[in-house]
Amino acid sequence: MILNSKIPEGPIEKKWSQHKFEMKLVNPSNRRKHSIIVVGTGLAGASVAASLGEMGYDVLAFSYHESPRRAHSIAAQGGINAAKNYANDGDSVNRLFYDTLKGGDYRAREGNVFRLAEVSDSIIDQCVAQGVPFARDYAGYLDNRSFGGAQVSRTFYARGQTGQQLLLGAYSALCRQIENKNVKFFERREMLDLVLVNNKARGIIVRNLKTGAIESYSADTVILATGGYSNVFYLSTNAKASNATAIWRAHKKGAHFANPCFTQIHPTCIPVGGDYQSKLTLMSESLRNDGRIWIPKKAGDTRLAKDIPEGERDYYLERLYPSFGNLVPRDVASRRAKEMCDKGFGVGESKMAVYLDFSDALNRLGKNVISERYGNLFNMYKQITDENPYETPMRIYPAVHYTMGGLWVDYNLMSTVPGLFVLGEANFSDHGANRLGASALMQGLADGYFVAPYTVGNYLASEKLEKVTTDNKEFTEAKENLKLNVEKLFSIKGKKTVTEIHRELGKIMWNKVGMGRNKKGLLEAITEISKLREEFWQNVYLPGNANDVNAELENAGRVADFLELGELMARDALHREESCGGHFREEYQTEEGEAKRNDKKFAYVAAWEFTGKFEQPKLNREQLTFEYVKPSQRSYK
Amino acid sequence: MKIFLRVWRQKNQNEKGNFISYEVDDVSTHMSFLEMLDVVNEKLVKRGEDPIAFDHDCREGICGSCGMMINGFAHGPGKGVATCQLHMRSFSDGDVIVVEPFRAKSFPIIKDLMIDRSSMDRIMNSGGYISVKTGGVVDANSVLISKPDSDEAFDAAACIGCGACVAACPNSSAMLFVSAKISHLALLPQGKIERKERVENMLAQMDDEMFGACSNTYACEAQCPKEISVKNIARLNREFILSKVC
Repeated sequence: MILNSKIPEGPIEKKWSQHKFEMKLVNPSNRRKHSIIVVGTGLAGASVAASLGEMGYDVLAFSYHESPRRAHSIAAQGGINAAKNYANDGDSVNRLFYDTLKGGDYRAREGNVFRLAEVSDSIIDQCVAQGVPFARDYAGYLDNRSFGGAQVSRTFYARGQTGQQLLLGAYSALCRQIENKNVKFFERREMLDLVLVNNKARGIIVRNLKTGAIESYSADTVILATGGYSNVFYLSTNAKASNATAIWRAHKKGAHFANPCFTQIHPTCIPVGGDYQSKLTLMSESLRNDGRIWIPKKAGDTRLAKDIPEGERDYYLERLYPSFGNLVPRDVASRRAKEMCDKGFGVGESKMAVYLDFSDALNRLGKNVISERYGNLFNMYKQITDENPYETPMRIYPAVHYTMGGLWVDYNLMSTVPGLFVLGEANFSDHGANRLGASALMQGLADGYFVAPYTVGNYLASEKLEKVTTDNKEFTEAKENLKLNVEKLFSIKGKKTVTEIHRELGKIMWNKVGMGRNKKGLLEAITEISKLREEFWQNVYLPGNANDVNAELENAGRVADFLELGELMARDALHREESCGGHFREEYQTEEGEAKRNDKKFAYVAAWEFTGKFEQPKLNREQLTFEYVKPSQRSYK
Repeated sequence: MKIFLRVWRQKNQNEKGNFISYEVDDVSTHMSFLEMLDVVNEKLVKRGEDPIAFDHDCREGICGSCGMMINGFAHGPGKGVATCQLHMRSFSDGDVIVVEPFRAKSFPIIKDLMIDRSSMDRIMNSGGYISVKTGGVVDANSVLISKPDSDEAFDAAACIGCGACVAACPNSSAMLFVSAKISHLALLPQGKIERKERVENMLAQMDDEMFGACSNTYACEAQCPKEISVKNIARLNREFILSKVC
C-alpha cells in the first residue's frame, strides 16, 4: 500500500490556509443530516465533539468514564506551548516549528508540524475566551514559563494544573452542546470494535460498563481520540484505565499503526516504591525551570543530601549541556539519569533516583514564589513520599509517560481506513521520535478545535455515503464475535489474575523495550511476549459475569490488546536500527552517548499493517522529506 | 501492619447492601488507600469472589473519580486530599476502617462503592460555561484580568467534581460544587455577560436533581479534597440575589 500523506503543495506557510480554502464544505442546513461518532472525550475528543456539534452536525460522543471531565488529559500539569512571543524573547511560528521538529529528532512531517505551530496561538485565545484561568502577571497580562528543548518562554500555564483547566474548558464547551442537543453523550461505554461497511468506517460496537450490554452505533464517520498506550508498560504515569483497545482494534480492521516503538520516558517522576505499586506519579517538567538535578560525585555515597557539600555534587546536566542545562529535552534527561544510576551514582534507598533540588531557587526567590509556582506539585510529592521538598531535594527517576506512536494519519488526520479520523495522542502525527514538554495539550486541542472540524467536513462533503443502520450484517456479526470473545475469556478459568499477567508484560517491556534497547533484548522480548500472550489465553481467571459491572473483564480486554501491541512495539524497535529521540538503540550511539540517527536508511515513518498474524506485520514506509529544516545531529550543548 | 475493613457491598441499585468485614495483613504504610484496596481485590479474585467495585483513574488527586466515605469522612482523614492520595501511614496497626460510598439521593449507587454522579454533569450542562464559539475570538491578551481576580477564579476552578461536598453535607447539598463554577466564571470579565442566566439555570437544575439546600455547616469545605472555600457559596448567593434585583 502506498501511503499518501496528502501534504498540500506550495510554500509551507501557505499550505494550511490554501488547503482550508480548497476543502469542500457542508451547507449549514445539511450538517444535521450527517452523524459523527467521537470516541474519547479528553482534550482532543471533547474539543472536536463540541466544535462539530456547534457547527450543526449530529454528534455522538462516547467515553468509558462517567463524565468527560475524568479523562486523563486532566492530569497534565505543566503547560501548553504557543508561539505568541508575549515574552518578546524571539519566539515565532517558525521557531516553534523548528524546535518541535528538532525536538522530535526529525522523525515528523514538516507540513504537520508547521500547521501545529501556526494554530497554536488560536488555542490560547480560544481557551481564554472560555474562561481558562491561565497564570497572569500583576498588570493582568498572561504569564509564560520555559520548558525543555526551547530557549524561549512560550509555555502558558495554570499553576501545575494546566491540563485540568484546559479540559474543563473543552468539557464546558461540550456541556453547552449537550444542553443544546447537538451532541449526545454516552457515558461508561468502552469501544470494543470498529465497524466497516464497504471499506469505510461507519460505526462502533461498545460495551456498556454499567449494564454489560453490547451496543452498536452507526454514523457517517468515526473519530477516535482515545489517547496513548503507555500502560502497556503496566507502570506508567497514565491513569489506570488508559488503554489501547480502541486504536488497536481499529488497527486490526485496517488502520496502520505508525512508529509504535516511539515512547516517551519522562525524566522527573516519583521513583517506584513497592511491588503493590499501581502507577507512577509525574512531577512536572516545569520544575526544571527552578530545580537543579544532581548526584553525588562519589558512586555509592550513602550520606543524606544535606550532608553532601556543594563541591562533592555533580550537576551533570549543567556540566554536559551548558547551554540548555537542566532544560534539555525529556529523552536526553531521562537517558542521562538512567546512565548515572546504572553507574552507581543513584540516591535514596533503591539507588534508582537522582536529586531535583530547589534550595538555590528557594534562597533566591523565597518560599512564597516557589509555592505559587509549584505548590500543588510539592504537596503531591509530600503526600506520596512523606518528605518535604521545601527542606530536602526531591528524588526523581524516569517513567513511561507518553506515546508518540499511534495510528497513521494523513494531513487530514484520516487513517488508512477511509472515514476513520484519529486525533490527539492516539495518532502519530506531530511529535516525531520525542515530544517536547507542553506540546501534547497543544496538539490535542489543535486537532480538535482547528484541524478536524475542517477536514471531517471535507470528507463528508466529498464522499457518497449510503444509508447504514446497526441492522446491517457488519454490525450484527461484529457484535456476535465480541460476545463469543467475552464468553471465551470467562471459559478459561485459569490461575492467574489479569493484573499478574499485566505486571509481567510490564516488566518485559520496561527491561527490554524501555529506555535502552538492543537487538538481543528485543528478540527475547518478542518471544517472551508471545509466550505470555499464549499463557493469558490459557491461564487467566475472571470472576463474576459479563452482565454486570466487572472491572476485571474490562481490564482483561485491555491487557489482551496490550499483549499484542507490545509485540509490535518490540518488532518496530528491532527493525529501526538507529537511535532517535526516545528510541535509543544501544548499538547506535555517538562517542558521547547521544542518539545516533541514520537518516539515509530510516528517515521514514514505519506504518505497520495488520496481516492477521502477529509474527508477520507488514511494514509500509512513508518517506520523510525535509525542505525547510536540514536535519542535523541534535545538540543541546 | 494489620487492619480490619468494613466495606459496603451492594450488588446493584435495586438490591439491598450491607457491610462485609475483611482482615488485611501486611499493609505497608507507604501504600495508598487504593493500592491497599487493590491488594484486597487481588485476593478476592484469587478466591473466586467478586472484587469490591470502586471508581478510580488518575490516582493523583485530579480526575475526581475516586471518592468514598472512610470512617465517616469524605476521602478519609487526610486534609486536602482525594482518596487516591490518602496513604496507609494515616492509619495504625489494628485499626478498624469503615468504607462506604458517597451517600446522597442524587448519587444512586451503581455497585458497592461506585455511584452515579451524572446529576453534577447535568448541572454543568445547564449553564456551567461561557457561550463562546470555536474560533473568531479576540487575542488572549486583549482582555486583562487582575492577578487577584485571576487567582481567585483559579482557586474556584480547581474543583474536581468528586461530590465529596455533597456526601459531607447533612442536607446533601451541591452548593459548594455549583458555587465553585459560578465563582470561577463570575470573577472573570468573559464570564460576567451571562452571569444572571447562569446562576438561575444552574440553581434550578440543582433543585431538579434533588440536592438539598445549604444550611452553613461548612462540612463541605472541611472535607473538600481541593479545599474549595465556602466563600464561594456566599458569592453564589450574591449572584443569585443580583440576578433577581437587577
